[in-house]
Amino acid sequence: MENKTVNIKINGNDYSIDSCATILEACRQAGISIPTLCYMENICDEGSCGICVVEVAKSHTLQRACITQVYDGMEIQTNTSRVRQARKTILELILANHPQDCLNCAASEICELRKISYDLGIDETPFEPTKELDLPLDTSSPSIVRDLNKCILCRRCVKECELVQSVNVIEIAGRGINSKVSCFMDKGLGETYCTNCGQCIKVCPVGALTEKNDVDRVWDYLSDPKKHVVIQTAPAVRVALGEEFGMPIGSLVTGKMAAGIRRLGFDGVFDTNFAADLTILEEGTEFIGRLTKVLSGEHAHLPLITSCSPGWIKFIEHFFPKCLPNVSSCKSPQQMFGTVTKTYYAKQKNLDPRDVICVSVMPCTAKKYECLRPEMDDAFDHWKDQLMLKDEDHFQDVDVAITTRELGRMMKEVGIDFEHLPEESFDSPLGESTGAAVIFGATGGVMEAALRTVYEVVTGKPLPKVELEVVRGMKGIRTADIPMVSVDGKEITAKVAIASGLGNARVLLEEVSNGNSPYHFIEIMACPGGCLNGGGQPINNDPSVCEKRAAAIYSQDEALTIRKSHENPEIKKIYEDYFEKPNSHLAHELLHTSYVERDLYELEKEEN
Amino acid sequence: MEEKKHLLEQLHDIQDADKEHHLSTKKVVELSEKHGYSPAKVYGVETFYTMYSTKPRGKHIIRICENQSCHMANAKNMIHHLEKKLETHVGGTTEDGLFTLELSSCLGMCSVSPAMMIDDVPYGNLTEDRIDEIINSYKEGK
Amino acid sequence: MKFYRMHVLVAEDTRSIMAGAKRVEEALKEEIRIAGLEDEIRVVPTGSLGFSDKDQVAIAIYPDNIIYCPVLVSTVPEIVKEHFLKGRIVKALAHPMEQKEVTMEERTSENQMNLDIQKRILLQNVGKIDPENIQEYIAADGYVALEKALFDMSPEKVIEEVKTSELRGRGGAGFPTGLKWQFTRPNPGPVKYVICNADEGEPGTFKDREIMEGDPHKMIEGMILATYAVGGTHGYIYIRGEYALSIQRLQKAIDDCYEYGLLGKNILGTEFCFELCIHSGAGAYICGEETALINSIEGKRGEPRKKPPYPPSQGLWQKPTLVNNVETFANIPAIISNGGEWYQSIGVEGSRGTKLFSLMGDINWKGTIEIPFGTPVGDIIDNVGHGVRYDRQLKGVILGGSSGSLLVPEELTTPVDFHALAHIEAGPGSGSIVVMDETRCIVDICLNIAEFFRHESCGKCTPCREGTAQICHLLEMIASGNGLPEDIDHLEKISQTMMDASFCPLGQTAPSVLRQALKKYRQEFLDHVHGNNCPAEVCNMNFTEED
Repeated sequence: MENKTVNIKINGNDYSIDSCATILEACRQAGISIPTLCYMENICDEGSCGICVVEVAKSHTLQRACITQVYDGMEIQTNTSRVRQARKTILELILANHPQDCLNCAASEICELRKISYDLGIDETPFEPTKELDLPLDTSSPSIVRDLNKCILCRRCVKECELVQSVNVIEIAGRGINSKVSCFMDKGLGETYCTNCGQCIKVCPVGALTEKNDVDRVWDYLSDPKKHVVIQTAPAVRVALGEEFGMPIGSLVTGKMAAGIRRLGFDGVFDTNFAADLTILEEGTEFIGRLTKVLSGEHAHLPLITSCSPGWIKFIEHFFPKCLPNVSSCKSPQQMFGTVTKTYYAKQKNLDPRDVICVSVMPCTAKKYECLRPEMDDAFDHWKDQLMLKDEDHFQDVDVAITTRELGRMMKEVGIDFEHLPEESFDSPLGESTGAAVIFGATGGVMEAALRTVYEVVTGKPLPKVELEVVRGMKGIRTADIPMVSVDGKEITAKVAIASGLGNARVLLEEVSNGNSPYHFIEIMACPGGCLNGGGQPINNDPSVCEKRAAAIYSQDEALTIRKSHENPEIKKIYEDYFEKPNSHLAHELLHTSYVERDLYELEKEEN
Repeated sequence: MEEKKHLLEQLHDIQDADKEHHLSTKKVVELSEKHGYSPAKVYGVETFYTMYSTKPRGKHIIRICENQSCHMANAKNMIHHLEKKLETHVGGTTEDGLFTLELSSCLGMCSVSPAMMIDDVPYGNLTEDRIDEIINSYKEGK
Repeated sequence: MKFYRMHVLVAEDTRSIMAGAKRVEEALKEEIRIAGLEDEIRVVPTGSLGFSDKDQVAIAIYPDNIIYCPVLVSTVPEIVKEHFLKGRIVKALAHPMEQKEVTMEERTSENQMNLDIQKRILLQNVGKIDPENIQEYIAADGYVALEKALFDMSPEKVIEEVKTSELRGRGGAGFPTGLKWQFTRPNPGPVKYVICNADEGEPGTFKDREIMEGDPHKMIEGMILATYAVGGTHGYIYIRGEYALSIQRLQKAIDDCYEYGLLGKNILGTEFCFELCIHSGAGAYICGEETALINSIEGKRGEPRKKPPYPPSQGLWQKPTLVNNVETFANIPAIISNGGEWYQSIGVEGSRGTKLFSLMGDINWKGTIEIPFGTPVGDIIDNVGHGVRYDRQLKGVILGGSSGSLLVPEELTTPVDFHALAHIEAGPGSGSIVVMDETRCIVDICLNIAEFFRHESCGKCTPCREGTAQICHLLEMIASGNGLPEDIDHLEKISQTMMDASFCPLGQTAPSVLRQALKKYRQEFLDHVHGNNCPAEVCNMNFTEED
C-alpha cells in the first residue's frame, strides 16, 4: 500500500500527513484535539453525532473530522465560531432529550456526554424535550440492563455487536426521532439470542447500558447471620480492580483484593483459580481421551472446544447447535467452584449446604446468566436425597455473580482505601492455585494451562519451556502446532487454535460446522483479548489496556512457584479425598454439564 | 434479472400475501432463517419504511396525505372526517377489520389535493361527501 | 398493418383514472362498435392531457387535433354520433390543442398572457401515444437515438454529446450529468450499475410520474443510452411503492424492450448487454438521496452513506454506480438524436434545456408543465397557471419543494435558472411551484413542512434527528399561542446547525424554507409570539385540546 503524504493546513499551520488519514487522525498527529462522542476507533465511524465537525475551505457545510479523509491542499479550521456553535447546539439538542439524573446514574463517573458538556462549557440546555423519556427499563436480561431513555443513538453498541461479536442482536429500529436501539420485535434483551457478553456496556458512552446490579443482594447475604458467605475471585479481576481506584492499568492487586474483600465481611475469601486448576484436570483428561480415540481410529468429537466462557456457550447454542458435541462437558471454573463449595467444602466445614452462599466476582457479565442456568444446581441434586430437600429448598451452585466494577463500588461504599490496603492471602482450602490457573484470564491462557498438563501426561515430560508463547498474543485468531512424542513412542502433533471475540469464534466454528476444521483443540473466549477485557471489567478505552492487563497476568504466573494445575496440592487432595480421579463418576456428576440446542429465531423455548 | 429478490421486495411479497397486510413474526423469522439474515437487522428495516407494518391491519389500507398541497387544501378536515366516519383514529383499524387508516407523506397527487390512496387506488379532490361515497362503496363490496 | 382514419386517445394518468377515464374508454369502444366504426377508429389510453386537476376525463382526437373535456360516460354517445359519424365537432366540450413554442423575445413582449410558453421535449409524447405500446413509441421516433449511439457513436462520444448539452441533473442537486457519466465510465467492472431514481417523494412534486405513466420508454431509452455510455451492465429503476400505475407501465415497457431486443443480451445485435429491473421503495423520502437509495436496494435501512467514496466509484454492492433522476434520463434521447449543441440552444447559460414543473396551490391551473430555463417564475404562474385563483393577492411561492426556497412576490421576476436563483438563495430544486395567496399563514406552512421532515428524517445523525423534532416543537408552540420570543432565536440557531452539520442533504435543506420565512416573513412570526395573533386566522391559537 502506498505511503503517500499530503500537505494540508490546520488552523493556518502547514503539516505533512499520511494521505489515508482522516481529519481527526491528522489533527491528532498535529497535537490538536477534536472533541468526539459517537466515534470509536475500529468500532464505530458512523458519523452520527456531528460533534467532531470542522470547517474545510471550499466546503459549504462543515465536515466530520472522524470520517473525512484528508487531501492535498486541504485547509482545515478546527475552532471557528461556526464550528463551536455547531458543537454546542448539537450537545444542547442531545441534552434536551437526555434524563438529567447524573447523581443516580451508574455511569456518571465515566459518562462521556457529561465530560464533553463540561469541556464545551454547557451546563444546561435551552431546549425542551421532544420525546417522552418514559421508556421502561429493559431488565429482562440477568446480565445487562438497558435504559433507552439515556441512549444518545451513537450506535457504538450496534456496531460492536455486529462487527466485533457478529451476534447482531441489536439494531436501530424505527426512524427519525422515534429511532431506538431494539432487539427483534422489540423484545427484551433476555428474550433473544444475546450472549450476555456485555461488550456493548464497555462501548456505551453514557449510562444506557449497564450491568445488572447485584450488589444489594450480596449485602443482604452478608448481613444474614444464618448464612456462611464465601466469595471466589476470577483471575482477570486482580489485574483490573485497581483501575477502579485510579491505579495504573495493569496493576496487579491480588493481595489488596483479598484484603479488601475480607473487610467486606465474607466468611471465606477464595480464589476461582483453584477451580481453574480443577478444570484443567478434567478438561485435559477429556481431551486426551478424545485424542487417543481418534488416533486409534475410533470416533470422537474433535476439535474439543473449551467451555469456560458462558457468552461463548450461549453463542454456540444459538448459532451452531449441531457443534455442541465438540464442546467440553466441563463446567467453567466459576461453576465448578460453586459446586465444590456446596459439596466438598460444606462437608469439610460441616455446614448445611442451604446455608452456604457462594458469591463470585468476575470480569464477566455473562457469568450472571451462567449461574442462573437450570443445569447449574448439581449440588442441590447431590444433596437432595441425603438431606431430603424439598423444592422450596432449591439452591444454585453459585448464588450471585458480581462484576469487577460492582466489587469496586462495594468497597467504595464502605470507604475502603484500596490503594493502601495490606497484601493478604486467600483462605484455605479453596484458595491455592497455580500459574496455569491465573493465565485463564488472558486469551490463550486456558490453552496454555491445558497444554502444560496435557503435554506432561502424554509425553511423560514437562514442556521444554513452561511459557508457551506460541499461543499467547492479542491477535483475534491464533493457531499453533504442538509436537509431542507419547510415552509409547508415538509422534503426535496437536493442532490448536485460539479465538477471542465472537466474530473470530464464528470463523473457526464455520470450519467445524462444515467438517473441515484441522484442529484438535480450540480455546474460545467471547471477549476480544479474553476475560481481562470482559464485559464486567473497568471501562477503559485506552488501546493498550489488553496488553497491560495481560502483562500483569503473565507476571503473576511467573511469580508463582507452582505453575501447572496437576501440581496444585489442594487439587491433588480434592481428588484423593473426594473425586477419586478426573472424569470419575462423581466428577461427572458435579463438575460436568450439558448444553441446550437453541433456535436462533424462536424466542421462547423450554430448556431441557 | 437476478435470482434473489432483495429484502425490501421480499418483505413486500410477504406483506402483500398476508390477509392482514402485515409482516408476521413467523414469516419474518422464516425469511431470516432461509437467507441467513439477522432478525434484528430485518426488524430494523421493517420499522424504517412506512409501508410495512409489524402489526395486523385491516383489509384495506387508507393512506391520506397531509403534506403541503393537501394541507393547504384542508387535509386536516378530511382526516378528522375519516376518523369520524370510520370510528377509529389515525393508525387504528375499524372494528369490522375493513379499513386501517394511516397518514402518508406526499403521494404525488398535489394537483388533485386533498388526496388519499386506498390500497393501490388513488382518490383525489376529496370532500366529506366524496369520502362518504368512497367508503360506502367499499363497505358495499364496491 | 391496419390503418385507422381516426385515433381517440383517452388520458389515463393516475388522476384521470380516478376521474373515471377507464369507464369512458370502455364506453367509447362500445359506442364505436355499435356505430360500426371499430375498423376505422381506434381508442387507446395515453398519458395526461393537462386537464387532470379538474377531476375530469379528457380525450384527444387525431388527426382533428381536438381535445374534449369533460367527457362523461353519458356524453360519449353524443361525441361518437356528432363527431365520429357526422364530422361535427361538439363545441361545448372542445378545446384546441396548443403546441406553440415561444421565443424569449415573444415572451418578453407585452401581450403574453395567453401564450403557451411551454416547450415539450420531455412531454412530447405524453397524451399522444399509448404508453403501453412500444410500437407507438417507436413510431414516434423512439429508440432512434439508441440505434444512432450503438452503431454510429462510441460510448465516449455519447458522453461528449451529453457534456456539450450542459444538461444538469433534474432530481434537485443539478450536478452536470455529462461529468457524472465521465466519472463513472473509467471505473472498472465487470459489474457496473445504472440506477434510475424514481423515488419522487419531494412534497409538491409529481413530474416524474408524468413521464413514467405517459412515456415510460423515453426514460428507459435514456437509461439504456447512459448504460452504454458509462459501460454499465445492470440497472434498477428504484420507484416509490405508492406509484402503482407507474410501476405497471414501466414493467410493461421493460418486458416489451426485452422482447424487442432492446434490453438483455446483445442489444440490437451488438456486444452491448444491459439487464434492467424494477425495485419498489417502501415509503421513505430519504431514499431519494442516492446513497440511501443504494442502501435500500441492498436491503438495509435507507440511511445515507458518507461521501467520498461517491457512487461512481463505490456504489451498489461497492461497485461503480451511476444514479440519475427520471427526468434526467428522459432528456437523453433528444440530446443524442439532435445533438448536444441543439440542447444547448434551449434555455440560458448555465441552465440548458427545459425543466418540468409541478404547479399547485392557490392557482387556477394545476398540473405538470415543461418550461425552458430562463422563464421568469412569475410568467409560469401567470401564463400557464393563469394566476392566483379567486383573484386574490399572491403572498409567496415555495419553489423546489419542501426543501426548496420561499420567494416573496418581488422575487418572482427572477428567471428559473440555477445562477439567477442562486442570487436569491434559491434553486429550481425538484421542480415544484406552490403558490400561496393572502389567506395562507406562513407559520402554519412552515409547521406543516417541519412535520414532514420530522417524519422523514432517517434518524442517523443528531443534528437532523433532534433538529427536525425541535423545530417542529417550537413551531407548534408558536402556532398554538405558546410561543416565546427566544423560540425564534432557537429556530434560527437550530436551522443554522442543521445546515452546517447534518450528515446529508435532507438535514441540510430541511430548514431552508423556514430560514427564509424567518427572514422574509418575520413579522408573522412576531405577531404569533408577541401578539398571540395569527394574522391570516389559520392557526388555532390557544387551542389546548389534542388536535
